[in-house]
Amino acid sequence: MDILSRGDGPLFVDPSANHARQFFSTKARALVDKVTTVAEAVRDLVHDGDYLAIGGFGCDRIPTAVTHEIVRQRKQNLGFAGHTATHDFQILCAGNLLGRGQTLARVDIAYVVGLEARGLSPHARRVMESGEVVCTEWSNYTLAVRLKAAAMGLPFLPARSLLGTDSFRRSAAQVIACPFTGERLAAIPALYPDVAAIHVHEADRYGNCRLRGTSVADLDLARAARKLIITCERLIPHEEIRQDPTRTVIPFFCVDAVCEVPYGSYPGNMPYEYFSDEEHLRRWLEAEREPETYQRFLDDYLFGVKDFAEYLHRCGGLPRLQQLRQQEFLLHRGR
Amino acid sequence: MNYNAMELMICCAARLLENGRTVAVGTGVPCAAAMLAQRTHAPDLVILFEAGGVAPQLPTMPISVGDSRTFHRAVMATSMADIMEACQRGMIDYTFLGGAQIDAYGNLNSTLIGNDYQKPKVRFPGSGGANDLASLCWRILVVTNHDPRRFVEKVDFLTTPGYLTGPGAREAAGLPPGTGPYRVITDLAVLGYHEQSCRMEILSLHPGVTREQVLKATGFALGVREPLELTSSPTATELRILREEVDPHRYIIGR
Repeated sequence: MDILSRGDGPLFVDPSANHARQFFSTKARALVDKVTTVAEAVRDLVHDGDYLAIGGFGCDRIPTAVTHEIVRQRKQNLGFAGHTATHDFQILCAGNLLGRGQTLARVDIAYVVGLEARGLSPHARRVMESGEVVCTEWSNYTLAVRLKAAAMGLPFLPARSLLGTDSFRRSAAQVIACPFTGERLAAIPALYPDVAAIHVHEADRYGNCRLRGTSVADLDLARAARKLIITCERLIPHEEIRQDPTRTVIPFFCVDAVCEVPYGSYPGNMPYEYFSDEEHLRRWLEAEREPETYQRFLDDYLFGVKDFAEYLHRCGGLPRLQQLRQQEFLLHRGR
Repeated sequence: MNYNAMELMICCAARLLENGRTVAVGTGVPCAAAMLAQRTHAPDLVILFEAGGVAPQLPTMPISVGDSRTFHRAVMATSMADIMEACQRGMIDYTFLGGAQIDAYGNLNSTLIGNDYQKPKVRFPGSGGANDLASLCWRILVVTNHDPRRFVEKVDFLTTPGYLTGPGAREAAGLPPGTGPYRVITDLAVLGYHEQSCRMEILSLHPGVTREQVLKATGFALGVREPLELTSSPTATELRILREEVDPHRYIIGR
């Protein structure tokens, strides 16, 4: 196939569908109990140098506990899919430039550094402006297409986006001619992450998952990832899955670990469960302004706590979470 | 009736959205404009959010493009690819974008300031969904403040396509024909693009603003479409709905 133009960004992950098939051929097929703790899942499944992807939408339905644990366990030299990465990216950046080595080394960027209308993260900016992270540029859709191609077991998919821009020039996409119409298309390489983490509403012990609300790119991510950690609001009996299989959106054979983490998307929003804690997110952004203040803040909320439950406790515990539940249901009592 | 620049900008944006059309929005001004349009002349305007919300009945302004408000009483909560592929199929009429810089052809920069990509002076979030929406929706609207640091001759990084280098450039790059920049709404004026040259030009001046003021606030040679019109002020109805229903907490209009 003729390549008409080529983005000059580095491709961090092998897009070969055959290599991915080789790996997937070794994945367990049996219904085995995968319930474990977040600390163990991260210890066993996230390795230094891995390429990581995080589900949800930055501050919505994110596996916060996994990102905390990755930073707490000082995982090093990771690649990362910066797909609508907001608070999750902010957390991972705590592993850079703060005397704990370098958590993030390579980032595919569609959206990083910002927290949407809340503003830009000062520390994430320091990390991304330091020059210590190698970057390749994408867009939200093309990064989703990369996961979709992988979920389909393909090495690439065409798209009509990115074309003609510097975002293309700094990407690792290529422009090809359509074999049928001759039109120029962007060839978007598949992305098979080494490991991914997704937060869902319900899962059984084998990893069959249900989620509510928007799925963002998570159904493709679950299938694209070589290894997958699921955190869930609630563990449910396997029998419940069997009774209503239409609600299963991720099947057990994609999943390597299942961790029950109530309020696991906090301080992010979890649809039909609780709203985001905007006050905590604002304090986090403020703390980042000065590196010393930020170090103390992280000691209080991340490095100095033993697990996610203790973090929730430090953030106000059940009374605060109750307010956020009321906000989610528009009851307007909690502020 | 008194109003501020933000209220005028939201009203201008809302009026551009025709009834029975589809619009992909983000949070903030675009969302406020779409909500106002629905409550005035365009009750059948369909709002979509890139994270997967389709036709929500927004109870309040969302904080995130993916928060649960974006699919409150919606007809579907789907995936990002599903939304973007509706755009790619030609189903989405409008999108609203912004950026740190915009040039005469409506190209946008939301990636970085500086000339070293791997070590930028200022790093911004990047494209997000902007590049995709600007590539794939029919008409691109931009809402932004008007100053010469923002309206520049050359963007530091071309994140999101406007008319690229001018007439025919989008099609030559492979972007779907018939798509492109449509309007720019600022705190000084409403701007469009010259049919032949594809360069930005003033369409109407906001009340009390002079042509010279707009030219001075623009870092490139700006055309003027004659006869130059005067932007209509917000009506009492628009302001009431905007203040009481769309943004009662003044998150956007209080900026």
